[in-house]
Amino acid sequence: MSGEHGEKVTLSFFLNGERREASLRPMARLSETLREDFGYTGVKVGCDAGDCGACTVLLDGRQVCSCLVPTARIDGAMVVSAEGLMANGFLSRVQDAFLRHGAVQCGACTPGMLAAATNIAAESQHPTQEQVLHGLGGVLCRCTGYGSIVAAVRDAGRDPVAGAEATAADGPAVGASLPRTDALDKLTGVAEFGADGIPADALWLRAVRSPHPAATFTIGDLAPLHARHPGLIKVLSQADIPGNKCFGIYPDLKDQPVFANGQVRFRGEAVLALVGKRSAVAAITDEEVPIIYQPLPPVTGLEQALAGEARQLHGDRPGNLLVDAKLRKGIGADALAQCRYTAAGQWRTGFVEHAYIEPEAGFARRHGDRLEIHVTTQTPYMDRDEVALIMGLKPEQVRIVPTVCGGGFGGKLDQSVQPMLAAAAWQLDRPVACVYSRPESMAASTKRHPARIAARFGCDGEGNLQAMEMTADFDTGAYASWGPTVAGRVPVHGSGPYQLPNAHIDARAILTNGPPSGAFRGFGVPQISLAHEALIDDLAAQAGLDPLEFRLRNALRVGDRTATGQLLQASAGLDQCLEALRPHWRRAQEEVAAHNDGQPVRRLGVGLGCMWYGCGNTGMSNPSTVRLTRSADGRFTLYNGAVDIGQGSYTIMRQICADALGVPVHMIDQVTGDTDLTADAGKTSASRQTYVTGKAVELAALDLRRQIEARAGDNAGVELQAEATFDPPATPLDENGQGEPYGTYAFAAQMAVVEVDTELGTTKVLCMVAAHDVGKAINPALVEGQIQGGIAQGLGLALMEEYLPGRTENLHDYLIPTVGDMPEVEVILIEDPDLNGPQGAKGVGEPGLVPTAPAILAAIKSATGVSMHEIPATPDRVRAAILAQGTVGGASE
Amino acid sequence: MVDYLRPTELSDALAALAARDLTIVAGATDYYPAQVGRQPDHDILDLSALEILQGIARDGDYWRIGAMATWRDVLDADLPPCFEGLKVAARQLGGPQIQNAATVAGNLCNASPAADGIPPLLCLEAEVLLQNQAGSRRLLLSEFILGNRRTALMPGEMLTAILVPGSLQRGRAGFIKLGARSSLVISIVMVAGLLMLDEHGRVRDARLSVGACSEIAQRLPLLEAALRGQTPGPELVRPDHFAHLSPLDDHRGTAAYRLDAAATLTGRLLEALAA
Repeated sequence: MSGEHGEKVTLSFFLNGERREASLRPMARLSETLREDFGYTGVKVGCDAGDCGACTVLLDGRQVCSCLVPTARIDGAMVVSAEGLMANGFLSRVQDAFLRHGAVQCGACTPGMLAAATNIAAESQHPTQEQVLHGLGGVLCRCTGYGSIVAAVRDAGRDPVAGAEATAADGPAVGASLPRTDALDKLTGVAEFGADGIPADALWLRAVRSPHPAATFTIGDLAPLHARHPGLIKVLSQADIPGNKCFGIYPDLKDQPVFANGQVRFRGEAVLALVGKRSAVAAITDEEVPIIYQPLPPVTGLEQALAGEARQLHGDRPGNLLVDAKLRKGIGADALAQCRYTAAGQWRTGFVEHAYIEPEAGFARRHGDRLEIHVTTQTPYMDRDEVALIMGLKPEQVRIVPTVCGGGFGGKLDQSVQPMLAAAAWQLDRPVACVYSRPESMAASTKRHPARIAARFGCDGEGNLQAMEMTADFDTGAYASWGPTVAGRVPVHGSGPYQLPNAHIDARAILTNGPPSGAFRGFGVPQISLAHEALIDDLAAQAGLDPLEFRLRNALRVGDRTATGQLLQASAGLDQCLEALRPHWRRAQEEVAAHNDGQPVRRLGVGLGCMWYGCGNTGMSNPSTVRLTRSADGRFTLYNGAVDIGQGSYTIMRQICADALGVPVHMIDQVTGDTDLTADAGKTSASRQTYVTGKAVELAALDLRRQIEARAGDNAGVELQAEATFDPPATPLDENGQGEPYGTYAFAAQMAVVEVDTELGTTKVLCMVAAHDVGKAINPALVEGQIQGGIAQGLGLALMEEYLPGRTENLHDYLIPTVGDMPEVEVILIEDPDLNGPQGAKGVGEPGLVPTAPAILAAIKSATGVSMHEIPATPDRVRAAILAQGTVGGASE
Repeated sequence: MVDYLRPTELSDALAALAARDLTIVAGATDYYPAQVGRQPDHDILDLSALEILQGIARDGDYWRIGAMATWRDVLDADLPPCFEGLKVAARQLGGPQIQNAATVAGNLCNASPAADGIPPLLCLEAEVLLQNQAGSRRLLLSEFILGNRRTALMPGEMLTAILVPGSLQRGRAGFIKLGARSSLVISIVMVAGLLMLDEHGRVRDARLSVGACSEIAQRLPLLEAALRGQTPGPELVRPDHFAHLSPLDDHRGTAAYRLDAAATLTGRLLEALAA
């Protein structure tokens, strides 16, 4: 067989059970062929490099990354993708087990996981843990923490049971672990993500991005480029943006250009966009595009940005200070001087990549004087308003249709493809699509803020915390993005979840030529929690108190005032979390001590981490509005704008709605996300959807129920509707950071047990126990999924993740946890009901992650005696710290 | 426009290779990752339909690992104990999808300093069979790898088999990989070893090699000599045994850490092989 790349060859093969003969491009990636030629878009493309496994299919029964298989090789072979797993309309055993175990969140890894799992199941009906870990070792999941997937695969030998939704038809929906409403679509490969629904006649857009972190540039003559590539239709630049040239989260901080204007400020910044036929756009190399850069010395990192002679990145930001925020309670440093015990330290963290399995993708089209954008996003209404500003349109002229979102974690809150697609589709009046490659996604998207934190805590002789001070600087990168949010959240949370009569906190967001730091699960709180938790441990040791008892003594409780002066009126369950952990903590301490006796090399350690987290935006209004209708035939439709990015808001809202209406969930249909059809439910961020939108759903449903009840049975043939808005009670913070910034707070305590190989510096997390006060678990399986997934990201943050621009722009140099890296995780749900949340519920999206890294670092210290002050605690860093310490010894014994 | 060839006869493949410049693709697991965001601009010779290059089998005095033999084939093959290090490497290479597709020969031809296949094959004193239209030649693996991503392959030539001397049979072999996570990970350091012990458990012959600590994976001749006649154990490992290595400082680990870890892993491997 031979043929040119462009020249097709005839292949015959079985695809998803059907015999096929087709003329195909022989060296096209099989993933591409399955998606483009056969429409099997359940084959997800996460990296095109064999690093993520999302595109895994079965080739002659064996799992392969279809992105690495030349299409020619399917000749005479059998190929099965997620679409081909069902038989006679029934889920396969593996699919059924995934459904039962809640092993699906965003769904982007699900098809690949299913292929790997099917391979395992074919080799063994009752696979061992080791077989499962090895068999799933080549598929990354960023949402679940893997625990539910492993459980499903181990359990896939069982016969399928009837759909679980039917069994839950009776009794309250809230509190039941109903399967996700979108699970079936995700398990069968039909769910349409950002790259999956692109019209066949769409033009394609590819951004040309700066290879330099700092440079000025000019654009040369584009005519030769057009001449060489007739399929290139338009090269977009800043001149093609009709409205605001820049975007940004804050109305007064729209500083990030859609296309750079003569100057680039980070590696990966968009300069131009090529629009044309897909093949033509793909064929153009960056080197061919006449952008002439004059590189400038980049301002890298906080020290350089804050140095007196540092180049100023933005004209209106002297000293490269984007924003600062502070909190002052009591007498600050003077109170520390009076403390019996004090502890101090400094910590550093790096850029962290969201690494959602689905890269940014979408398409736009123009309908007359309106624009419609289908995109993977966390925030349709913010997208709508931002695109309108950029295009000089009225918000009502823009419609955002969120696709299924393959993970966000904060990274899909900023603009990515939207403005470029809008400009292209509007100008050309053709559908235009854009799908980021993995390296592009990593270079162009926002990151977790690197932090430099210095803190001091003090307590009295009995171990009662008296005072703390903290300065925290955050590298906010080249543009504002969510930098102010981080700077705003940090002072509120800097004290940790403890009573502190005196607190003195300063936070700054500093501009550099790094990638824009934005929103990432926790907005700076995971970074500062490293500091307060390590210092609490130090103080406990000085005071001769057990770390858990010390925390319990100082835990914020109902009736206490926080460092911002807010009175906690209800739902402050940290004490209950700690008490739930206590037996685990005691047992682990004993086991660790027994193991370590005479064991200098493979040392165990156990550590604690606690957190609190305000649900919703900080000190500002953040309402959600939903509508609910009852049709003449008695069915309900919930118009739910709370975008489900994998966490489960499309399932949760139905449950809340069902109980408030007093009907079973299957009577409620849903219209989701679309800005033309649903009201603004805010962004899926800040752990706010269950709490804020969930409350709006509850209010709307109670209203509709009252309407129905008022008609006393006279409802036949009548259409009814209700709309409700909930805005959590919050007040702006004053100049001392005092006020009531959130309507409620989540609390949690986690415990980590690790094994450190002191000769190699490697850390293996063996076990995590996570006790979380969630107010009320609307859907315990989904809540647990959030916590498990948060722990996986916290583990990555603690041990392996660091984004280095230009060096780790792919998923084999940038490491996130694989299935084999995850410990056993036990989740304990504490339900201390909130006064406002639906049935008492609070948010849980971010809290799962926040205490994990502190608990792991404390466990490393317990194992080795070394305090890690820089994360990730990679093997070389841990080993260097052990060598610097000179001896290995457990500090906790 | 670029060409794609997938011959079924080796003679056709070699003829095509003699005629022009072709990029050889075996498992394709290194080929495609290098194409992310690019269009292919070179002609391809796909080896996957060459039956003669498949599989692992005893062939006279040698074990022959065909150029299309995958890491999964290594795991599935019935091989003598001296191949244990290669098998451990196979199970830890990438993830199962990569093991099912990637070839041992491709791992050598790609010649990454962190190639997991090279240290165990250095211990096995493997040779490579290189063929062109005019004939064939054999090189020791240590002669074949010339540097980072550089091999002794000449234009018109392809690696058709890896040959492992069949005389070793009863050695004790092992491999330890150190990475920053449990799978899908590029090694920070790896160590392979093969020991022939006498009836008292003393070393008759030792072969040890370290990868990812220099441009090309290296044997440890000083340590191998020091081990002869000794009961193997970590106490025999000294820093100067690693003095010829020149590890990099990069995001996976510092140079000092790599040397330190190489010595630790070597000691552990000796301990495991002595047991």
